[in-house]
Amino acid sequence: MAKFKGATVVDTERCKGCNLCVVACPLDVLALTTKSVNQKGYPFAQQVLEDTCNGCASCATVCPDGCITVYRTKEE
Amino acid sequence: MTKQDIIKPENLVYQKPKLLNDTPMHYCPGCSHGVVHKLIAEVIEEMGMEEKTIGVSPVGCGVFAYKYIDIDWEEAAHGRAPALATAIKRLWPNRLVFTYQGDGDLACIGTGETIHALNRGENITIIFINNAIYGMTGGQMAPTTLLGMKTATCPYGRDPQLHGYPLKMTELAAQLEGTCFVTRQSVHSVSAIKKAKKAIRKAFENSMAGKGSNLIEIVSTCNSGWKQSPEKANKWMEENMFPFYPIGDLKDI
Repeated sequence: MAKFKGATVVDTERCKGCNLCVVACPLDVLALTTKSVNQKGYPFAQQVLEDTCNGCASCATVCPDGCITVYRTKEE
Repeated sequence: MTKQDIIKPENLVYQKPKLLNDTPMHYCPGCSHGVVHKLIAEVIEEMGMEEKTIGVSPVGCGVFAYKYIDIDWEEAAHGRAPALATAIKRLWPNRLVFTYQGDGDLACIGTGETIHALNRGENITIIFINNAIYGMTGGQMAPTTLLGMKTATCPYGRDPQLHGYPLKMTELAAQLEGTCFVTRQSVHSVSAIKKAKKAIRKAFENSMAGKGSNLIEIVSTCNSGWKQSPEKANKWMEENMFPFYPIGDLKDI
């Protein structure tokens, strides 16, 4: 069975750290930063698990600010 | 396979709709408005109506909607968005006209305009964001505030003897002859967002087909006004708002 591999790219300066993407991710791929903030002072979401993401785009769908871009490919 | 190998234009699954521009939204973190803006932008793009859509923005948190979605907009006086939309649609019948209103705008000061525009069967779509509170002015009681819900102007909870009962605008609209599609949706989860998007698409198509007026209520959160985290606000909405404002189509002709 082909396995999907995904990657998320977060526009960190647009992100407001609402945490909704982190909650929506079924595989716990995303997390908010704990030690750094963006220019507006918000902690931002980032992909913490490199290999787990399957590109379902749940995070991007729920993001109120449209900060997340999702890519997906089939693993050979 | 590294992350850089996956990030290629041909592998793109989801990105911010092009109509939603790069202006940072003024909404609080986790606000439902952002999701609804995104859905509207996506639907307009999918319908290919970028050059033929006119939105009417309200007074309230949604007032700056015109800054974020790159279509033509008009800004209405408080509560008068359906009246303005009526004029635009009658003068320009080949344009997709919708209003974007909150509960303070639509269910309080603009009740008359809303009910009569819907009853006349104007071919417009009204998108009604119901978060049961006045978000922009600091969390005061709205007509749609639930019984017992605490706000800045009813700190002991809404009491029906003193403040009256919450107003169900969507149920009212479903009784009117002029409406063709009346639905209540939400944007708290991925599945709910997909359903809401379908509803918006259907309403926009109905209004272009001249079937009558459409009302889409979107039960939303106001985490700042409710004084909760965005995540908890979504849960609170599921537990408290949905029993009183049940999700689903009320009228579909």
